[in-house]
Amino acid sequence: MKRLIYELIEAFRIAFAQIRANKMRSVLTALGVIIGIVAVTLMGTAINGIDRGFENSLAMLGDDVLYVQKWPWGAVEDWWNYVNRPAIRIEQADALNRIIEQTPDSQLEVAVPVVASGQNVRAGPQQISGVFVFGTNYLYSRLMSADFKDGRLFNQSESEAGRQVAVLGYDVAEALFPGREAIDQRVLIKGQPFTVIGVLAKQGSFLGLFSFDSQIIVPIDAYRKFFGGVDVRRNNSQLRVKVKDKTRMADAVDELTGAMRRVRGQLPGDRDNFSINQQQAFRDQLDPIKKGIAMAGLFITGLSLFVGAIGIMNITFVSVKERTKEIGTRKALGARRRTILLQFLIEAVSICLIGGLVGLGLTFGMAYLIKAAMPSLPVVFSVSLAGISMIVAVLTGIISGFAPAWGASRLDPVVALRYE
Amino acid sequence: MSPQPAPIADRVTRPVGPLVIEIAGVTKLYKMGSETIHALRGVDLKIHRNEYLAIMGPSGSGKSTLMNMLGCLDTPTSGHYEFNGKDVAAMVDDELAEIRNKEIGFVFQTFNLLPRATALANVELPLIYAGCSPHERRERAIKALENVGLGQRMHHKPNELSGGQRQRVAIARALVNRPSIILADEPTGNLDSKTGVEIMALFEDLYAAGNTLIVVTHEEDIARHARRIVRLRDGLIESDAPVE
Repeated sequence: MKRLIYELIEAFRIAFAQIRANKMRSVLTALGVIIGIVAVTLMGTAINGIDRGFENSLAMLGDDVLYVQKWPWGAVEDWWNYVNRPAIRIEQADALNRIIEQTPDSQLEVAVPVVASGQNVRAGPQQISGVFVFGTNYLYSRLMSADFKDGRLFNQSESEAGRQVAVLGYDVAEALFPGREAIDQRVLIKGQPFTVIGVLAKQGSFLGLFSFDSQIIVPIDAYRKFFGGVDVRRNNSQLRVKVKDKTRMADAVDELTGAMRRVRGQLPGDRDNFSINQQQAFRDQLDPIKKGIAMAGLFITGLSLFVGAIGIMNITFVSVKERTKEIGTRKALGARRRTILLQFLIEAVSICLIGGLVGLGLTFGMAYLIKAAMPSLPVVFSVSLAGISMIVAVLTGIISGFAPAWGASRLDPVVALRYE
Repeated sequence: MSPQPAPIADRVTRPVGPLVIEIAGVTKLYKMGSETIHALRGVDLKIHRNEYLAIMGPSGSGKSTLMNMLGCLDTPTSGHYEFNGKDVAAMVDDELAEIRNKEIGFVFQTFNLLPRATALANVELPLIYAGCSPHERRERAIKALENVGLGQRMHHKPNELSGGQRQRVAIARALVNRPSIILADEPTGNLDSKTGVEIMALFEDLYAAGNTLIVVTHEEDIARHARRIVRLRDGLIESDAPVE
């Protein structure tokens, strides 16, 4: 055992002496591995980033919220089965809440109506078009996932009276009131004056999905009065229902289905004329995309690592050939097969490790620069990714160094000593 | 150490010790394409501790093959080989490596030092393979280098040393693991005659100090330093006689 440790230390010493003695050659060889490792880590960083971004966006949807809508999320092929469904009407939220109250041991907590549409917004000289205006009632606070930077959501009386108050998303507030306090200021939404009572904290977003940053929240009755009619009839209204226990999602969906059928007066045997959507649907849609990116990444990565590995294998063969006489001498002095095998394997692994570390450094730098240049891109550089890339580097060294090292270890000492 | 070898008449011949090497009926065949070469055709040889032996012969006589065999670098095609009572002929690679490490000290014609390692590191090498601790390695290597008169140059690399000094490093490396035999293959072949004489004087000292030496050479002058000369011809021992 002690002998093995001494041999290992010696092997590392030789490997680094060898790399130092052949700097140019080692650098060129390591280049293949560097490129491979950069590909591995960049790809991992990108996938991590997409994942994180999507998770953040999905978190805004709430993992304990069910969405009752006319259409299901995701693509439908049999659109004719959905198009004639009656609209989800916002009054149905109240009916649903009454049923929830009456149901003993209900899995559902509260239902909130939501309608939304794009509107032009102005404050003094600043104007933004197509802001997503979002109408709901005071109960929305119970399932809201965003934090307030300033102010608050409208309360019950403001909500029920349909007062012209608004909560601005972070980016909207920044655009309308650059460098100024937005609270108590007046904004014109489609020409109607609203008073700002709250500003949401910045959420950040992934590809602009589901972020409140660029939205405005107003009481639903005010929404209906000024921008409503048409949109409500256009059926983009929905109910959001908070669930008590997200570990029992299936029960909650069953209960909600029954309750909605009652609310909408459906007869037994009728098909549901509404869809219950949840966050999971997006996850299901994302998975194949993620897989696609991962497969493409794996292919590129695998290809560059393969090229790197061939370089390592080649250089190790050269190294063995050059030092055949040295191998003979070492064998004459008592080096065993294992010793020689380890020596050349470790040489290959060392080049790969150095390449891996350089590659990691490069990726780290690149990730840092990308983050600095484009803060909205989710770049997630994880420790486990660094670990994985090091393991990949070592494995590349072992796999590519094995054949030449094995050959070296099997050399006949007589032949090796005679080699010139 | 003396620059000139002691006159042959004055030399001490030490009494021989127990048997170290015993080979009997050893043959070695090489296949060269379709031809089979009989490098050794049945060699019997006994070597005892404290012997100083020269193996001579023209090229093609099987001298190198015999040396490789004795040095456990190669195994015989047939025949018997015992080293310190152990059957070497049947050993596998790693067992042979062990014998080479512990029992045999090699001195090569071309020195075979590792070019990028210092003299000290070269001498430490067999001790690494023997599993010695770094501290013990250093101590023993320094002592071995001092014994061959290179205590001042141990941190030099081979290309900073003269030919004679390089061969001394190689000899120190051969000695450092206290082997049963020192096996020298044309040890003066790459040296000028004056340096060659110095190296042979060092061998004389090693012999006097109780080492067992086997020198393979084709030079009569070198061989006559030994106490016994074995002459090979065509894969057979032609003569085996003490030096008068």
